[in-house]
Amino acid sequence: MSAAAPRIVLQNVHKSFRTGSGETLPVLRDISLTIRDGEFISVIGPSGCGKTTMLNILAGFDKQDAGTVTLDGKAIDGPDAQRGVIFQDYGVFPWLTVKQNIGFGLTLRKNVSKKEIGETADRYIALMGLRGFENAFPKTLSGGMKQRVALARAYAVKSQFLLMDEPFGALDAQTRSAMHDLLLHALEEEGKTVLLITHSVEEALYLSSRIVVATARPTRIIKVIDVPFPYPRRPGLHREPEFAALQHEIHEMVMQQYAQQQKLSAQPS
Amino acid sequence: MNTPMTTDALPAAPGELERPAPAGAAKRFASRLGIFLLPWVALILLWWALPYTGIVQPALVPSPAAVGAKFVRLMVENSLWLDILTSTRRVLIGLVCGIFVAVPFAFFLGWYPPARRVIDPLVNFFRSLPPIALIPLIIVYFGIDELAKVVTLFYASFFASVIVMYEGIVQTNPVFIRVARSLGATDLQLFWRVIVPVSVPHVLTALRVALGVSWATLVAAELVAAQRGLGAVIQNASNYFQIDTIYVGIICIGVVAVLMDALVRVIAKRAVSWQDRMNP
Repeated sequence: MSAAAPRIVLQNVHKSFRTGSGETLPVLRDISLTIRDGEFISVIGPSGCGKTTMLNILAGFDKQDAGTVTLDGKAIDGPDAQRGVIFQDYGVFPWLTVKQNIGFGLTLRKNVSKKEIGETADRYIALMGLRGFENAFPKTLSGGMKQRVALARAYAVKSQFLLMDEPFGALDAQTRSAMHDLLLHALEEEGKTVLLITHSVEEALYLSSRIVVATARPTRIIKVIDVPFPYPRRPGLHREPEFAALQHEIHEMVMQQYAQQQKLSAQPS
Repeated sequence: MNTPMTTDALPAAPGELERPAPAGAAKRFASRLGIFLLPWVALILLWWALPYTGIVQPALVPSPAAVGAKFVRLMVENSLWLDILTSTRRVLIGLVCGIFVAVPFAFFLGWYPPARRVIDPLVNFFRSLPPIALIPLIIVYFGIDELAKVVTLFYASFFASVIVMYEGIVQTNPVFIRVARSLGATDLQLFWRVIVPVSVPHVLTALRVALGVSWATLVAAELVAAQRGLGAVIQNASNYFQIDTIYVGIICIGVVAVLMDALVRVIAKRAVSWQDRMNP
């Protein structure tokens, strides 16, 4: 894995926001991280920290105050189809059918024939297990299926990166677990470089090759953990003692950060 | 937890939830017709019974039958249908012009927050002026002909609809915009492929609001030397204290307005069938 080429490089990234009362609120502090080709990185940390801000900067929705963020050596400037973003509330367009949603990105491009769009959409409908729902409108779909549509939509434009902002947070436990396996299966079929933001240590451990543990706001990276389990993940990995031990260790780390954040916010400012 | 856990494993076929089984269709239609008629029947009964309660003077409240007879006589002898047609045409012209101008205006305000901050107070100022108070000025500037009436109705429908539309456009889910951007949408594509479809329901809501406001403004518009029109019918009847004719005029306005609203709703239901409605 470490032999793979670095793709996205964050170097000494800082970001603060201005609050309503005019104060500056530091959100990201000195973030440096190298994301290599084909990696699956999970960022885990207490809620309310700058994880989403970090993702927004990588997506190009937001800009850092200091430091550099580069993709293949070039500064990231605005969103583009190379980096697909998956949101917790799906962002599936309600006025389009499942198939139209999945084809949407390709219809924005010139020189892509209708036939090609249809075939591409069909391929990812099959990959994401959405057959039979091609012409359904999103209002008839469950949360898990909407998230599959969002994934297929990002796949259809051949985005090389998936930036996922707590994509499974709104799903029930069974659906979430099924989505984990579906995502791993899709990545096996067509590899992508993934950055996943999550609350769940178990999710991070099951899916990713590296886990970044972040602190409470202002967010710093305190530890990067290499996940020792090989892909494809073997069934029942969740219940193995090594998995449990690692999960416990990371959980402790996150809880410590959480406690610190509670202490900080309890202090009078 | 209310959500069934099996939703993903055993999904319902698309559309299954909306379409009633054919066997129950007739029964459903009958019950819907009943629900539709119930309030009207109750209203007419109440109206009919009112003079018997002694609350009002029977001479001042003509019976439903008397008003019905008057309606028929006015239709035959005074070509009431022509008044209905004239008023409907005025409302439609004012409404169509108002919406036509309001749509691009609302998109502009929704798209550019700085423009909104500057123009919003002005929209609110003009919106709150009752058209009836503007009639004297409209006479001065537009005369007393057809134009004056249409301008009044245009004014009413424009200001009623523009605010509904741009408030809707402003509330476009920011995630949709981000998704489109990260799929490679340009500014123009973002507008036509995301903002416009998202806004269709708001435009239709605005149309319904403007329709109601236009009919409500009609009598004021037709105060201006109108020869024909339901507003004129009511005005003239009031000069001669013909209470039954006033009733006929009012009911005609209400009925035509309800019918037009029903038409817009049918169109809306087809145009935005994708929409997740709280009360289908």
